[in-house]
Amino acid sequence: MTKGVFIDKTKCMYCGGCTAVCPVNALELKETYIEWDPEKCIYCGACERFCPAGAIKVVRE
Amino acid sequence: MRQWLQEEYDVIVVGAGPAGSTAARECAKRGLKTLVLEKRQEVGVPKRCGEGLGEGWCRIAGITPDPKWARYEMHGAVLWSPSGKKVVIPTPTKGWIIERRVFDKWLAEKAVMAGARMITKARVIGVIKEEDTVKGVIVETPDGDFEVMAKIVIAADGVDSKTAKYAGLNTVNPATEIDSGYQYEMVGLKIPEPTDMIHLYFGWDVAPRGYVWIFPKGPDHANVGIGIGGHIDKGTAKEYLDRFIESHPEIFENAGIVEVNAGGIPVGAPLKKPYANGLLVIGDAAHMVNPIHGGGIGTGMEAGILAAEIAEKAVRSGNVSEDVLKEFAEKWYEKRGNQLLQVLKVRKFFEDLTDQDMEKLADILDDKQLLLDFADGRRTAAFLKFLAKAPRIALKAAKHLK
Ligand SMILES: Cc1cc2nc3c(=O)[nH]c(=O)nc-3n(C[C@H](O)[C@H](O)[C@H](O)COP(=O)(O)OP(=O)(O)OC[C@H]3O[C@@H](n4cnc5c(N)ncnc54)[C@H](O)[C@@H]3O)c2cc1C
Repeated sequence: MTKGVFIDKTKCMYCGGCTAVCPVNALELKETYIEWDPEKCIYCGACERFCPAGAIKVVRE
Repeated sequence: MRQWLQEEYDVIVVGAGPAGSTAARECAKRGLKTLVLEKRQEVGVPKRCGEGLGEGWCRIAGITPDPKWARYEMHGAVLWSPSGKKVVIPTPTKGWIIERRVFDKWLAEKAVMAGARMITKARVIGVIKEEDTVKGVIVETPDGDFEVMAKIVIAADGVDSKTAKYAGLNTVNPATEIDSGYQYEMVGLKIPEPTDMIHLYFGWDVAPRGYVWIFPKGPDHANVGIGIGGHIDKGTAKEYLDRFIESHPEIFENAGIVEVNAGGIPVGAPLKKPYANGLLVIGDAAHMVNPIHGGGIGTGMEAGILAAEIAEKAVRSGNVSEDVLKEFAEKWYEKRGNQLLQVLKVRKFFEDLTDQDMEKLADILDDKQLLLDFADGRRTAAFLKFLAKAPRIALKAAKHLK
C-alpha cells in the first residue's frame, strides 16, 4: 500500500471524531465524507486509534 | 438566502446544535441581529448522542419538556459491575431519553421564532480577522461562498469544531481526553428491570475507560451504546459494543437495529480560554461536557444562555475585545466549569480502578446518593471517608482527589 490515510467508506460513520483528535487539523468532516489533507498530516495515527468504527488506516510508507 | 448572507450581523452563531440554537434564541430575544449557519442538510440529523437529559437542565435552559421530544421518563440508574452485580440507584429527580432529531429542530424553531435567521447546508470554512479580532466568517453554501460580517462570532460547532481553530485557539482533544463512541438504536430488546432507569455496564473487558449504556426510549426500545478511551488500541468502540451485544442474548436475541451512530465525546478539561477578540466558544467545541458521563446537551445550552448575555454586553458597549469577553469564562467557570474540573478528577480516579475494585465498590456501597453526589463533583470528603472500608481504593482516591 502507498503512504497515506485511507478511510473505508463502508465503515465510516461521518461522526467527525477523528477531526477532533487530529493535532494538525488535517481532517475535515464534510457530512458525506472525511477530507484528508496530505500536506498537513504528520501520520501520528491518533485518528486511526480513535475511530469508533475502525474505518481509518494510516500507512506511513 | 443570498440576501441574508450579504447583510451584517451583531452575532453569527456557527452550528445549530443545542448550544448554538440556545445561544441564538437568547441573542435574538435580547434584540441582537443574529444569523445561525449550520453545515448539515438537516438540523439534528444524524444524532451523535445517547439522548439522556435530566429535568434540571431543562429548567436551566429555560425550556419546558415537550412530549414531542421527551420520549421516555427515567427515574434513576442501574450500575452493573463486571461480574454482573446490580446496583440500583433511584434518583429523586427525573430525566428523559429524548428524541434528538426532534429536540434539535424544536430548539432551532425557538431560535427562529425569537427572531434569529438560520440556514442549513452552510459550512463555515474560515474566519475573517482584522488586527487580531474576528470580524466575521467565510461560509460555503449552495449559492456560493460569502464573507459575512458580525460583531461577534459564537462558535457552537461541536466536537469537530473548526471555527475556533481558524481563529487561532487550540481546541484539539488529546486522545486520552476524548471518548470514542458507537451506538445502535434497537427495538424489540428485553431491557433489564427496571426499564425506567438507564443501565450502565462497567469493566475493562466490557468498555475500557468507559461504559456500555442502555438508555430506554420505551419498554422495548433503547439506545445501546458504548464509550471507550480514544487512545485504546485493543479494539474499536464498535468491536467492544458488538461483543457486549453478542454476550447478552437474554437482552438482544430478538432485537433489531433501526439506527447506528458514532461520535467523539470530549471528556477532558474545558477550554481554559473559550474566547478571543470577537469570538466566544461554547458547547462541545469548548469541551463543555461532563467528563464522567459525557453528557453535553445541558451544559451546552447553559453556556449558550451565558454567551448571549455577554455577547449583548459586548455588542452594546461597542467593545468585543477579550477584556470584555473574558467575563464569559469567569462566569462560566464559576457557574459550571469549576465543578466539571472536579468531576474530571473523579473520572481519573474511576479509570484507575481495576475490575476487582469495581466489584468491591458494588459490595460495600450503601449510601447511593453519596455516589451520585461524588460523581457530580460534590461531597468528596464524605466519599473519601466512606472509602475507609476499602483501603486499596482509598489510596487511589487520595492520589486523584487531593
Ligand atoms: C455516542 C454519544 C452519546 C452521547 N450521549 C449523550 C447523552 O446521553 N446525553 C447528553 O447530554 N450528551 C450526550 N452526548 C454528548 C452530546 O451529544 C453533545 O455534548 C451535544 O450534542 C453538544 O451540543 P453542541 O451544540 O455543543 O454540539 P453539536 O450538537 O455537535 O452541534 C454542533 C453543530 O455544528 C455544526 N457544525 C460543525 N462544523 C460546522 C461548520 N464549519 N459550519 C457550520 N456548522 C458546523 C454541526 O453540523 C452540528 O450540527 C453524547 C455524544 C456521543 C458522541
